[in-house]
Amino acid sequence: MTSVEALAAGPLFGLPLPELWFALVFAMLGTFLFLDGFDFGAGAIFATLEDGEARETVLSAIGPFWDGNEVWLVVFGGALFAAFPAVYANLFSRHYLLMFGILGALILRGLAPEMYEQRHDERWQRWWGRSFIAGSVLAPFLLGAFAGNWLVGSPRSFTLAGIVVGVTVTALTVVSGAAFLRLKAADALPASVRRIGLGAVAAYLLSVVVTLGVLAVRLPAGVDALVTAPVIALVVASVALAGGYALALRRGANLAALAAAAGLTYGLVSVVALLMYPSMDPAAGLTVGEAIVSTLPLNLMSIGAALLLPLVATYFVVLYSAFSGPISAGEAY
Amino acid sequence: MIDPVLASRLQFALTTIVHIVFPVMSMGLAPFLIYFTWREIRGGDPVYEQLRRFWTKIFAISFVVGTVTGIVLEFEFGTNFAAFSTAAGELFGGPLAVEGMMAFMLEATFLGIFVFGRERVSDRLYMISSVAVGLGTWLSAVWILIANSWMQTPRGYEVATENGQPVIHLVDPIAAYLNPRFGFMFVHMQNAAVESVALFMAGVAAYYVYRHHVWGYPVEHVAFWQKTLKIALVALLLTAPLQVLHGDLYARHVYETQPQKFAAMEAVWDTEAYVPEYIFAIPTDLSQITDPRAKELFGIGIPGGASWLASGGNPNAEIRGLNSFESEAPPVAIVFWSFRAMVGLGFWFILLAFWGGYRWYTGELFEDGLLHKSLMASSLLGILAVELGWVVTEVGRQPWVIQGVLKTSEGVSPGLTGTEAMITLSGFATVYTAILAVYTYVIVRLIRSGPPDEADLDSVPDRRPESDAAPAGVSDDD
Ligand code: HDD
Ligand code: HEM
Ligand code: HEM
Repeated sequence: MTSVEALAAGPLFGLPLPELWFALVFAMLGTFLFLDGFDFGAGAIFATLEDGEARETVLSAIGPFWDGNEVWLVVFGGALFAAFPAVYANLFSRHYLLMFGILGALILRGLAPEMYEQRHDERWQRWWGRSFIAGSVLAPFLLGAFAGNWLVGSPRSFTLAGIVVGVTVTALTVVSGAAFLRLKAADALPASVRRIGLGAVAAYLLSVVVTLGVLAVRLPAGVDALVTAPVIALVVASVALAGGYALALRRGANLAALAAAAGLTYGLVSVVALLMYPSMDPAAGLTVGEAIVSTLPLNLMSIGAALLLPLVATYFVVLYSAFSGPISAGEAY
Repeated sequence: MIDPVLASRLQFALTTIVHIVFPVMSMGLAPFLIYFTWREIRGGDPVYEQLRRFWTKIFAISFVVGTVTGIVLEFEFGTNFAAFSTAAGELFGGPLAVEGMMAFMLEATFLGIFVFGRERVSDRLYMISSVAVGLGTWLSAVWILIANSWMQTPRGYEVATENGQPVIHLVDPIAAYLNPRFGFMFVHMQNAAVESVALFMAGVAAYYVYRHHVWGYPVEHVAFWQKTLKIALVALLLTAPLQVLHGDLYARHVYETQPQKFAAMEAVWDTEAYVPEYIFAIPTDLSQITDPRAKELFGIGIPGGASWLASGGNPNAEIRGLNSFESEAPPVAIVFWSFRAMVGLGFWFILLAFWGGYRWYTGELFEDGLLHKSLMASSLLGILAVELGWVVTEVGRQPWVIQGVLKTSEGVSPGLTGTEAMITLSGFATVYTAILAVYTYVIVRLIRSGPPDEADLDSVPDRRPESDAAPAGVSDDD
């Protein structure tokens, strides 16, 4: 039992584990919003495509990936539960109906691609197509609303801050989705995908400006919270990345465009995390230090995460390299 | 307005009862798929490629539905059981987080390769993917059952009071997570999953074999269905006896660790010795019909049977009755009947396995119409037995959510209103009915289209729209 006692005595290697887990939880959320974000964006773009073959192409582009991408949400929930149980409980029960809205959207989106392919008649595919679109648009919007409410510490499910963050996140998923679809199927899909990506990135910037305005009013610390060096740096970097994205997408450097979209996503999540810190749940008045679990479970989980996350990264590398490059004509969902 | 506690319990019950169907399918199919993939890659009989492709489709659909219904459960701990999550998060959150990172990640990424990548990756990576997916499904069960078994037999913890609320602290991770209940649960659950899938495969295959051999209809891919039936029978012969033998040990363990639950399983109200195992029991006073062991009882029982089960062989052993516990009893009738039904099914599956095995031995496996009909009728009974077993486990634990530590009524989110809970409960009732209907429809369609034609094997990918448009094997006589 001595090893257990040692694990209970203090944080592993004296590391600032509460802060690291705060960062890790948001990193997982960001990874989810980027990876599943391009699936959601693909779903939104799917709505603009009338042609059956183009729709099939979109589904086959995300086919092998979306399930793995979605697990980042499960892992985000699990990490929040394990590291900050009181926050998990408060936050999820406070936004009761909103959480089930998110789950409903994920059900619609998750079932649709698999079901769509089961039958090739028009009515069946029209309905599952709608389910796919509705889920893909609603899920990021509601998740954004959840993040916005979390940040401003509102107990209500629908707030102005929630709505603007929701719109921002939704626009961002379209930005990622367009780059991803160009990368996977530039030839099989119409050129409109590129225009949608360019429009989305403009809409994203606009929406960020509106969001910052709303936050300046709604955050307890007001404008002062926003005018800090890291936040300003992130906003400036985002504008630069958005420009880079537009340029890359135009030139057909689609991988670079996708990387820029990733940068935008992590940037957005970092701003939210920076504005929140040191609080972990503003509405319940819990700071990171107060909400963290005790030392023993924290150390155990840190060991677990340190061992497992590199493995997880390997799985994603294997998966994405097995399906690298544009999809070929024979590969339908 | 409905009580939020009741609504949350009903909702959790409904959502887990639906969820477990899909993990059972995927965990049970996993070893079969690994075997089929291995045989296909080793070469030889093309039937293994057909088997792998056919059952992978069923696996993929089950997996997707398992995913969407599983996320709901994880979130429900926070939304509906916030007080439980706050109190027990320190012990309970860890296994869920590790489940995500260790199991779901493995499963969901390699599934992409397993379902879409046959033409893209080498045989070796394909084989590895099948093992990774299977391992992932089984590891999911490891971690969720660690969490659940801790709720049944909590150990390695300390209760403190913080801000007027109970908070459970982890003190001994080995005792907490490797509690003896976990071993029982894992063996019983995984064997049940394989057994349930074997029954399902056998039932489906029996349908085609029956049509062909007994009715004499032309059926495509007869060899495929015959092979399926035989493989399923082998699996059933292995799992069915093990399940019952193991269940016997398990029941004794439950008696030792959760005597109140055991008393509910046997409906023993007063502490007695030489307790019979009732196979059937009704009260003579019908107003007490929900109470299977009311005072005046007409029943058929094996004398000393329950005592024998509890003690491991002594029919005279004493069993502690429900009245001797301080907390109120769980809903006895539900637990009593669910337990009986599960055990009854367990014996029925053994009978089926031996019957099939005997016919195979005598060379009449494909001719015995009654056997085929019994298999068809039993194709979903394995899953039913799993549900019943879980009802025994979870309802039998009531009124506790963590045995002896926290009551279910104390675990529900404090701020939750009856209206909110009612909205989501009725939402789930509707959505899950629809999901089950669509799932059934799709599975039936896949079964009716049968495996890919032999001519299509090893050629262009089978998921092209064209090959779906004209499903092979649909006989036109119905
Ligand atoms: C094919 C399904 C199946 C079959 C035929 C059986 N069981 Fe079972 N049983 C389950 C599937 C199952 C399960 C997977 O649903 C449960 C729920 C929790 C668990 O670990 O396994 C279960 C739980 C469960 C429990 C409750 C444990 C608890 O409270 O934690 C007991 C005592 C038994 N079983 C005993 C038996 C006996 C004596 C059987 C036959 C003679 C039997 N089971 C057949
Ligand atoms: C998948 C198989 C399972 C089924 C079919 C199942 C079924 C049920 C049922 C019927 C109830 C309601 C009991 C009642 O209130 O009378 C319940 C409650 C509950 N179960 Fe399970 N359960 C399963 C697995 C699990 C697992 C693996 C966990 C935890 C890791 C779990 C945690 C809970 C909790 C927290 C409750 C709510 C509190 C309570 O009512 O006791 N269940 N489950
Ligand atoms: C005995 C009970 C349970 C078993 C054996 C089990 C097993 C599984 C398995 C094998 C999967 C993979 C999907 C599939 O194969 O269909 C899965 C999915 C899932 N389960 Fe369960 N489960 C159980 C109960 C629960 C409970 C109570 C929770 C709540 C925490 C839960 C949470 C999840 C989640 C979040 C997923 C989705 C994972 C993904 O995105 O891939 N499960 N479960």
